[in-house]
Amino acid sequence: MMKHVIEVERLRKTYGSTVAVDDVSLEVIGGEVFGLLGPNGAGKTTTVECLQGLRRPNGGRVRVLGLDPGSQARALRRRIGSQLQQSALPDRIRVWEALDLFASFSANASDWRTLMEQWGLAEKRTAPFSSLSGGQRQRLFVALALVNSPELVFLDEMTTGLDPAARRVAWDLVRAVRDRGTTVVLVTHFMDEAEQLCDRVAIMDRGRVVALNTPQGLITAYANQVRVVFSTEHADLSWLKETPHVRGVTRHGPRVEVEGSGPVLATVAAALVNHGITPSDLRVEQPTLEDVFLTVTGHGLRV
Amino acid sequence: MRTLLKLTWVELKLFAREPITVIFTLALPLMFLFVMGEVFGRNPADPDVFRGVGAMDYYTPAYIGLVLAAIGVIALPAHLASYRERGMLRRLRASSVLVWSVLGSQVLVTFVIAVLCTALLFFAAMLAYDVQVPRSAILLVAAFVLSTLSFAALGVLLGAVLPTARAAQGVGILLFFAMLFLSGTAPPREVMTQTMQWVGEAMPLWHVVTLLQDPWLGFGWNTVEFLVVAGVMVAAGAISVRAFRWE
Repeated sequence: MMKHVIEVERLRKTYGSTVAVDDVSLEVIGGEVFGLLGPNGAGKTTTVECLQGLRRPNGGRVRVLGLDPGSQARALRRRIGSQLQQSALPDRIRVWEALDLFASFSANASDWRTLMEQWGLAEKRTAPFSSLSGGQRQRLFVALALVNSPELVFLDEMTTGLDPAARRVAWDLVRAVRDRGTTVVLVTHFMDEAEQLCDRVAIMDRGRVVALNTPQGLITAYANQVRVVFSTEHADLSWLKETPHVRGVTRHGPRVEVEGSGPVLATVAAALVNHGITPSDLRVEQPTLEDVFLTVTGHGLRV
Repeated sequence: MRTLLKLTWVELKLFAREPITVIFTLALPLMFLFVMGEVFGRNPADPDVFRGVGAMDYYTPAYIGLVLAAIGVIALPAHLASYRERGMLRRLRASSVLVWSVLGSQVLVTFVIAVLCTALLFFAAMLAYDVQVPRSAILLVAAFVLSTLSFAALGVLLGAVLPTARAAQGVGILLFFAMLFLSGTAPPREVMTQTMQWVGEAMPLWHVVTLLQDPWLGFGWNTVEFLVVAGVMVAAGAISVRAFRWE
């Protein structure tokens, strides 16, 4: 029986007449990487800020590590780490000074030198914060979030500003953090990041959770459309439409796209062989979270 | 306690790396000392001006007050406001740092800088202009500690109330120069008009200067100014703890 590290029931947060979080309920299981995916303004950041006791919700019930973030914020903050969005450090503080300072706030701090190595900041050790690139700042913030050896860590738009190679490195490090037993709540608007990294994903839109499952579960539930693509010079393909699991066929010159569901690749392949067609470029395009997102929200990512 | 000391140490290093604060707290009072010293420093004491003592005997404790004012109204408010603006306070709060540690470290930093700058001013004045040795060292130290705490509280208040670093710097520099010209730290009080004196007395530096001068020059302990400076400290401290916002 796995323990719920976070329990949220009917969370609501408004700023004046603007509803940032409308009605959010979710549970985060200990040891998983849980993703909050959605466009800017969907209420992701407000939700995690309420979970950390940085904002007071207008309604609903929240428990994090068994504590109430409203009344037990200090006890809670000792046990969680957070990489806050839009929180800079002083311009003239050096990388090692920042790590050393934030480590000193915690009784069970991990060795900040190791973190500095792991997050690729060792050669920037004595560089002032203002001289760091966007990616280096982001890595420093994540290292600061981990410096108190938290049981639960909130990473808000962790890879924004990182180049593709640095993003992959960051993903590996997040997996390493999870493998050491830390639960990770990842806020992101990158579909691929959520799909690659998260054990479960909640898709948020306009202050609500519109879907919640494993990435594969979401794809199966909301976007089980598979596309089989190949090329052929064969003129008559009318029989392809009658093949089991096929929903539609479109042709652009030699390129053929077959829409279908479930085992459509196998049935199409068998039918092609039966008709003496053996294309060398037969492949299948799996749906992604992007397709799920389009289905559940009815719109693309507005950035 | 560990958090407070660590924060203070880092803040001290950051303070030393900020050119504008170093200029206002260290260079400007020293510059005044030497300019005024070269102009008036070798004149004999005149009973009609400088409270009847030598010009530099009068100005040295006044400039110590000026150092405290520079930290209190320029450096500290702008620093706190910029911390709020850029989210550093948010980050400290998320790391379960208490408001007392944040404000306490600011007061400690003020204290250390004040002591260093005062020592520098004191020895410069002694060596260059043979200034009178303080008559009552114990009362002077008491006046210095109280004045420092009072300006630190005022600085925390301004930093808590003013929304942005820019606003804090603007208000701070305006206040600093108003106090500089009207507290007896630039023209001596004897040459100021009645209106100038009234305005000067409405601002804290006037009272801090008297509180520091009296034990130094052998005029004893000034209870009225003590109450004014202590009152500013208590009021500013009480309001700033209530008005303090993390973001």
